[in-house]
Amino acid sequence: MTWSDYLLLVAAMGAVTYLPRALPLLALARRRLPQGLVDWLGLIPVALLAALIAPILFADGATRTLTLGRPELLAALPTFLFAWKTRSLGGTVLVGMACFWLLGGR
Amino acid sequence: MTENLETSADVPREGWLREGMAAAWPICLGYLPLGLALGVLARQAGLGPWEVGLMSVLVFAGSAQFIAVAMLAAGSSVGAIVATTFVVNFRHFLMSSALAVPLAGVRRGFLALFAYGITDESFSVNLARFRQGGWDRWRALAVNQSANAAWVAATVAGSLAGTFIPEGAFGIGFALPAMFLCLLVFQLQGRIHLLTALIAGLVAVAWYRVVPGDSYVVVAAVAAASAGYALQRRRRGSQP
Repeated sequence: MTWSDYLLLVAAMGAVTYLPRALPLLALARRRLPQGLVDWLGLIPVALLAALIAPILFADGATRTLTLGRPELLAALPTFLFAWKTRSLGGTVLVGMACFWLLGGR
Repeated sequence: MTENLETSADVPREGWLREGMAAAWPICLGYLPLGLALGVLARQAGLGPWEVGLMSVLVFAGSAQFIAVAMLAAGSSVGAIVATTFVVNFRHFLMSSALAVPLAGVRRGFLALFAYGITDESFSVNLARFRQGGWDRWRALAVNQSANAAWVAATVAGSLAGTFIPEGAFGIGFALPAMFLCLLVFQLQGRIHLLTALIAGLVAVAWYRVVPGDSYVVVAAVAAASAGYALQRRRRGSQP
């Protein structure tokens, strides 16, 4: 692949990544949204976070099978409790890493 | 249960950069091993530090870049790589939509710049902060761009360092999952949010097992938010 081919590739990758990041914000932020949409969007963060984290904890990334007892899930339990008790983001990250490391996760 | 979001006008501008960077450090820590690993893989696929850095600046999307590097190594066509990137990163349209609520009324130039830095991680941190209050668009932008700088630096460093990176040291691979867990805890306020999270997790795992690719994120988030919204309406409707 030549340098100009590569430039074209990453520019196109950048464009198709940027558009879904920008268009909804530009379209929605400057108009008055119906309350129903605001309520629905208010549930998007919690839904996205749970959707992102659940497969990491409960499924094997290589085989995509349900697996209980991986270091990710075992480390998640004390991490979750620590987050619940302390509400400290930085502390939770460090405690999570330590638990994961002690449980032999990589 | 309308979100009580402070408007930016209530938050003093002073200290925005420092506070934004302080909020971003867990993201930067998590990006370090990922970016290093991507740089190493990219080098093995024949990409130099400049090429990796350029991709990180222009695309700034972790999982899509990993896939792109693997596809480049496998000799895939430009069209296939671009199409895959679009599909993998399409989930950001949901985050961009949700950010329209706390960033309501902000001028277009700022929004266009801000949109560049919307990732799973910066979105989650910023939404949690907006929810807590005392957060504004400048602090949020500082989170985005700190994460961006860490990502570009880590990927270039991985490319320069070459093959030897100690893998899995200090459990650093769990930094981002732990951060997501904590941000999820912040979001669990009330029954509706708890139920929405449970539905999202169940749908995501079920979809993840059956359907290849990353569509599980968007599918589960839309399904769970819609179910949660329906529950919220019903509960409101049944109240006197």
